[in-house]
Amino acid sequence: MADIRSFDDMKEAGFGDFVQLLKPRVMSLVVFTALVGLLVAPVHLHPVVGFAAILFIALGAGASGALNMWWDADIDAIMRRTKSRPVPAGKVEAGEALGIGLALSGISVVMLALATNILAGALLAFTIFFYAVVYSMWLKRSTPQNIVIGGAAGAFPPMIGWVAATGYISVEACLMFMLIFMWTPPHFWALALFMNEDYSQAGVPMLTVTHGKKSTRKHIILYTIALVPFAIATAFTSIGGPIYLAVAVVLNAEFLRGAYRIWRRDEDQAAADKYKVEKSVFRFSLLYLFLHFGALLAEAALRPYGFGGW
Amino acid sequence: MTFKPEHEIHKRRFSRNLGVGTVLGCFVALVFALTVVKVTNGDMMHANDAPGLLGSTQPIVPKP
Repeated sequence: MADIRSFDDMKEAGFGDFVQLLKPRVMSLVVFTALVGLLVAPVHLHPVVGFAAILFIALGAGASGALNMWWDADIDAIMRRTKSRPVPAGKVEAGEALGIGLALSGISVVMLALATNILAGALLAFTIFFYAVVYSMWLKRSTPQNIVIGGAAGAFPPMIGWVAATGYISVEACLMFMLIFMWTPPHFWALALFMNEDYSQAGVPMLTVTHGKKSTRKHIILYTIALVPFAIATAFTSIGGPIYLAVAVVLNAEFLRGAYRIWRRDEDQAAADKYKVEKSVFRFSLLYLFLHFGALLAEAALRPYGFGGW
Repeated sequence: MTFKPEHEIHKRRFSRNLGVGTVLGCFVALVFALTVVKVTNGDMMHANDAPGLLGSTQPIVPKP
């Protein structure tokens, strides 16, 4: 009987469990990159509008996270890294995650379009669609290139931030997009090298599962080489400057060195020191992205005092 | 008139209800703030602020 007593045995979901559905850690990266995209733009938004823009971009990212948790509940339950998420843990029903994901998608897109402009709202809608449908439903389980193309979803926030402020897409917005887009594969493949067991058990065709770790190591170095021109080129646009260039040169040299070390190692060496190099490159990759966007922010912050920019 | 004793679910769901209530309250406040900013556009504009238009606050100066 579907009355209130039948729910007594269920684990009760608290407010925090619904917040967990929105992937707050991913959201924090989205907030940071979108904020940088918005602040480095040549048009200054009213602080209330800027705050609303960032909030609704983050909410849109959260909505796509909830949709992802609804769709991927079966594989999340298998992987150690994800099995404590609210849906596989039995705290939130899959249908609730779907409902929250759809409702927040609609609210965030409409509110961003109303607060800033239609193009920003449309880009956010496309990002949610890309992450939930193209990545989660289609690519993730069908091709080892899943994270390469799926990385685009994570690359859109700074572009949306820029468009929210200016109303148009520019070369600067595209380069910020490319920076995250090209950074995603080496970042996730470094993770996959030492989390391989998880993905193979869940049947997710990560590159490490389908092509082996040797091939993954080669892919990491190739994608890192391809990333460098985009990271450096950003320095010579209107949002770049000497501070960014100096930071980018150092970070890219270090990232290349890390990718090279991963490429030169084999599985025996990696197993012997418990993937020490792979883990350190993975951690460094987080710092790499944070400092690139931090440098862009520094350029914008120093510009009024005559320091930032060329 | 007497109130019914509080059901156990009200206690159990208190944190969730409080959270949803707070979020909705913040949303209303944000929409209000956005409305004020959009309407005033940062400063108190006057509608149709061109000389001669209906509602203009600028005086019409007759041509000599």
